[in-house]
Amino acid sequence: MTELTRLTIAEARDQMDKGALSSAELTEAYIGAIEAANGALNAYVAVSADKARAMAKQSDERIARGEAGRLEGIPLGIKDLFATEGIHTQACSHILVGFEPRYESTVTANLWADGAVMLGKLNMDEFAMGSSNENSYYGPAVNPWRAEGSQENLVPGGSSGGSAAAVAAGLCVAATATDTGGSIRQPAAFTGTVGIKPTYGRCSRWGIAAFASSLDQAGPITRDVRDAALMLTSMASVDDKDTTCVDKPVPDYAAALGQSVKGLKIGIPKEYRVDAMPEEIETLWHQGIAWLKDAGAEIVDIELPNTRYALPAYYIVAPAEASSNLARYDGVRYGLRVPGKDILEMYENTRAEGFGDEVKRRIMIGTYVLSAGYYDAYYLRAQKVRTLIKRDFETAFNAGVDAILTPATPSSAFPIGDSAMKSDPVKMYLNDIFTVTVNMAGLPGISVPAGLDHQGLPLGLQLIGRPFDEETLFRTAHVIEQAAGRFEPTRWW
Amino acid sequence: MALSSKSNTPIRYPMSVDQTTVKRVARLARITVTDEDAARMEGELNTILGFVEQLSEVDVDGVEPMTSVMPMTIKMRRDQVTDGAKADDIVANAPETTGSFFLVPKVVE
Repeated sequence: MTELTRLTIAEARDQMDKGALSSAELTEAYIGAIEAANGALNAYVAVSADKARAMAKQSDERIARGEAGRLEGIPLGIKDLFATEGIHTQACSHILVGFEPRYESTVTANLWADGAVMLGKLNMDEFAMGSSNENSYYGPAVNPWRAEGSQENLVPGGSSGGSAAAVAAGLCVAATATDTGGSIRQPAAFTGTVGIKPTYGRCSRWGIAAFASSLDQAGPITRDVRDAALMLTSMASVDDKDTTCVDKPVPDYAAALGQSVKGLKIGIPKEYRVDAMPEEIETLWHQGIAWLKDAGAEIVDIELPNTRYALPAYYIVAPAEASSNLARYDGVRYGLRVPGKDILEMYENTRAEGFGDEVKRRIMIGTYVLSAGYYDAYYLRAQKVRTLIKRDFETAFNAGVDAILTPATPSSAFPIGDSAMKSDPVKMYLNDIFTVTVNMAGLPGISVPAGLDHQGLPLGLQLIGRPFDEETLFRTAHVIEQAAGRFEPTRWW
Repeated sequence: MALSSKSNTPIRYPMSVDQTTVKRVARLARITVTDEDAARMEGELNTILGFVEQLSEVDVDGVEPMTSVMPMTIKMRRDQVTDGAKADDIVANAPETTGSFFLVPKVVE
């Protein structure tokens, strides 16, 4: 990492406004950094260097004319799930081979309208299904963090593993990501970066390849809390093209930073103590509680009794929705086609070859739980459990709780190819045990780096907020960040 | 004899799938599976179904299923044509086309 590729959005914008740095210079530094590092980290699956240079030039012209936007000249990485016009968009799946959309997703269009520069498309688990980025057709992205004294490659988390790895390694200033069960917050925690999943409906889902439509939300992964606030202010919008996108004006989230948390009520749910959780995660949680207490927040114990049912309910709801959403990949309209003796065999061969194992597993589970005779026992029951999970949170918020503090993940980053997780899909699913409740209830959640474990690997804390109260999350996460400091990996790549 | 309530008599889940069911589901999902795939998937799917089975212990009597995570009224658009005439864009990424049509293997003799 050079000094230039360590700057935050706020720092880089400041230098550009002062005329000390041009977007062209910053963009060139990133293109160089990607060329040097991507062989080792595999964070990008497509680099759009020419487009980045052209966008940077336009940014510099706008800056010269005094017309700089909020993210003017800032080079970003985009998760491969977002449609980007004329640029590789494959959700890191083979079934979308060659797909270059003729349209732009609402979230990325918002970023370009605010002056941001696109560096390329970032690695991810295929169709956002995974917690380690190992389910990518392009191979796993690699975590820039390694355990002290170890040469072993670790996962950056998933599904937004490329986004988290790129931000942590200085391969983009910030990145877009998406979160269906923890896919922003878990990789952020594994890489010492900040990640926020906003309230369901805050960002438009238009132009984002759908995984589970009632759970999917876009959000940023960034170097610090301020950058997350800046990115979300641009990414969120009101959009007629997504009927689940809310008609609420987008606040200036960065304005919430620096406000005191004095008198805020922070809930601590006892159900987030799980078996086999390393003691240092419990210790970190207590440290977080102490920091917020010192800053004047009131700490209260709360109960979220249905927490343990969130993950099993998720593994009915998400695959059910996925099996329906992924029916469109049939070899007719885009991507891969594998011939067969008739149209049915063509569909079946295309999908067998185009989808990876985890995606097939989830389509199969989803098809099964929605099939005749099983709908009530599985899907309907899971949606009822979801109501109970949401009710737990409502009870806490109605009692005056402003935000809930939990660990972000039950462990730090694990090695690529971990044999226990390879042989048992449920072990991998357990990574999302603290994050998935938030998607099931549609709430906003932020993961903020809070410390390092005994191996020197980053750990994060999660704050969960009321619907559309991202501001309280930014304000509180900023207090944790001020106390914990920021964390950067030592360069080995 | 103890009185039983609904919460004490959880729904009996169809707990596991066999290879015939795996193949039937694969057909519904339009995914070719070999015998080898089906054997592997049987174990994997049963692990997942075993995991989600714990939901049967939750008392959901009288609980409404969630239909929307956020209470909101569905948005209505103005009855206006705002888009269209994009046949070329729509077929641009298709594996096989002729003019502005998608080409598929013959379905009607």
